[in-house]
Amino acid sequence: MCAQPIIELHGITRSYGAGEALVKALDGVDLTISTGEFVAIMGPSGSGKSTAMNIIGCLDRPTAGQYRFNRVEVAALDQDQRALLRRHYLGFVFQGFNLLPRTTALENVELPLIYKGLPKSERGARAREALRRVGLEGREDHTPSQLSGGQQQRVAIARALAGEPMVMLADEPTGNLDTARSNEIMQLLQRLNREEGLTIVMVTHEEDMARYASRLVVFTDGRILRDAPVAAEGAA
Amino acid sequence: MIWETIRLALTTITRNALRSFLTVLGVVIGVAAVIAMVTVGQGSSEQVSADVGSLGTDLLILRPGARMLGPGTRDSAPAFKLSDVDALRDLSVLSAVAPVVSTSQTAVFGSSNRTTTVTGTTSDYLTIGNWDIERGRGFSNIEDRSGANVCIIGETVRTALFGSTDPTGETIRIKSISCEVIGYLIAKGAGTFGQDQDDIVMMPIKTVQRRLEGNQDVASISMQLAPGISTARAIFEIDTLMQERRRIELGEENDFSVSDMKEIASMLNSVNAVLTGLLSSVAAVSLLVGGIGIMNIMLVSVTERTREIGIRLSVGAQAHQVLAQFLIEAVVLSLIGGVIGILIGLGLALLAARIMAIPFVPSGWVIVLAFGFSALVGVIFGYFPARRAAQLDPIEALRHQ
Ligand SMILES: Nc1ncnc2c1ncn2[C@@H]1O[C@H](COP(=O)(O)OP(=O)(O)OP(=O)(O)O)[C@@H](O)[C@H]1O
Ligand SMILES: [Mg+2]
Repeated sequence: MCAQPIIELHGITRSYGAGEALVKALDGVDLTISTGEFVAIMGPSGSGKSTAMNIIGCLDRPTAGQYRFNRVEVAALDQDQRALLRRHYLGFVFQGFNLLPRTTALENVELPLIYKGLPKSERGARAREALRRVGLEGREDHTPSQLSGGQQQRVAIARALAGEPMVMLADEPTGNLDTARSNEIMQLLQRLNREEGLTIVMVTHEEDMARYASRLVVFTDGRILRDAPVAAEGAA
Repeated sequence: MIWETIRLALTTITRNALRSFLTVLGVVIGVAAVIAMVTVGQGSSEQVSADVGSLGTDLLILRPGARMLGPGTRDSAPAFKLSDVDALRDLSVLSAVAPVVSTSQTAVFGSSNRTTTVTGTTSDYLTIGNWDIERGRGFSNIEDRSGANVCIIGETVRTALFGSTDPTGETIRIKSISCEVIGYLIAKGAGTFGQDQDDIVMMPIKTVQRRLEGNQDVASISMQLAPGISTARAIFEIDTLMQERRRIELGEENDFSVSDMKEIASMLNSVNAVLTGLLSSVAAVSLLVGGIGIMNIMLVSVTERTREIGIRLSVGAQAHQVLAQFLIEAVVLSLIGGVIGILIGLGLALLAARIMAIPFVPSGWVIVLAFGFSALVGVIFGYFPARRAAQLDPIEALRHQ
């Protein structure tokens, strides 16, 4: 596999507010991630991890700096082109799930496939398969309010997987899961990364989960403190 | 993709049943109220114009007693005599003059009877009151003058006494009079004040005076203006004549009055205008209430909808796709509400028209206006917040509180 850079951040800054109240959530971040990498991001709460993920996911735009995705300058894309980029290349697992209320698990997972223009029958099949992979068989017709936090999190993961993205961005995908479930999900991600070449960027608070990744990036105060390959092979 | 968008809109509608129901309800209330009110208003206007037309605007009525609108006389003022009628006939400003005496009596035929108004008059009364004979004939000159035992009956009396059989030539009994039915009248329906105009038996005035009233009095005199004569001039001449005949000194108050149908017509028209105005303002308020209902429900759901938009954008929807979905949703809800509202509104108006015995006059522009307004409110308050949300970065939309 030829590892070419797919995500390139140069001097990315994201600040909120102005004057006295100015908060720099990200302060000059440089980060390059190549295809096929499995990157874990760690760091204390408020260190800018989610902010970075949102920018990488084209859900948010940096205040300053340059972001190239697949060698394309994202700042030069308009709103609709960024939507297409999300549609065709990216899968996002939110820290807060963000599922549609009063909508079944299956329909939630089908959502990205609708915008990909897949026919109904194929959508159903792919969504079911994605739910099966995260261990939610038989819960297809449950709405988020009928699911536990961990189950909702897995629906969110299934939704990101169903679109078969090139890059998966997961913001604490196992934050609400028990150890056994967390390990299952990590093994699934690791397999997708190794066998299908899925590029994964994952935020986590747990060392154990970070061990599944091939590279660990640590944030503090909106900057990258450390960026190194994960030494040990994670296979708990 | 358009089908997909329509399907998305429909799923959203069924999924958010309560919100959809409330929106539809807002449209229904607005549309139904406006259509019902305006249709009833127009029906009653039309009824009033028809009534005024049938009254005959060239009709004048002379009554004893000082000026007043409506029936009733002053006790002190003496009644008229037939000689007054003859004197009035000589006035060139009048083309027809008919004396009137009315009394409530029971008419009997076989085993049927009906309490009705017996009006003693002359054949001129038919001309003045726009009455037409359906079958049979009116009073002859001789009958007018002699007080023959003949009568002409109205539709209501005919049905009550004879059912569907032909009454002409039959004899009915009223008190001690046996009188021959020489004709019956074309039905007029309810009068301006809701009274049944067809509940009537007409007889020559002398018959009524002699056999029923036992006096020579004439209670009122109906007159028709000659063509091209102004009401004011006719009234002046009548006043002058009657002042002389009743010996009223200069400066003394008249003990009679002439009422002019134009006066009554204009009073009816202004009452109707007030009614229509009232109905219209109730309708406008309902439309506003419906509109505020729609607006409220749309604005209340903005937070949830903004988050939904954020989710859709984050999985790759483009702003215009989300907006098309929201627009279709608003249009579908407005259409459903509009159709239901139109049906309910027209149904209520029809019911009211039946009960009030007025014509049912639905008008296209009101339907279009009411529907258009509600749809516009639905679309504006459904679409514009959605448009604002769809322009945000997905993360902003998702964070919306
Ligand atoms: N919309 C916003 N407005 C103002 N400040 C914000 C906003 N979003 C994030 N911040 C600030 O930016 C900083 C980084 O936030 P971010 O969510 O990236 O942290 P994080 O590393 O993901 O934390 P956690 O581990 O708790 O999820 C925080 O100090 C936060 O207060
Ligand atoms: Mg975070």
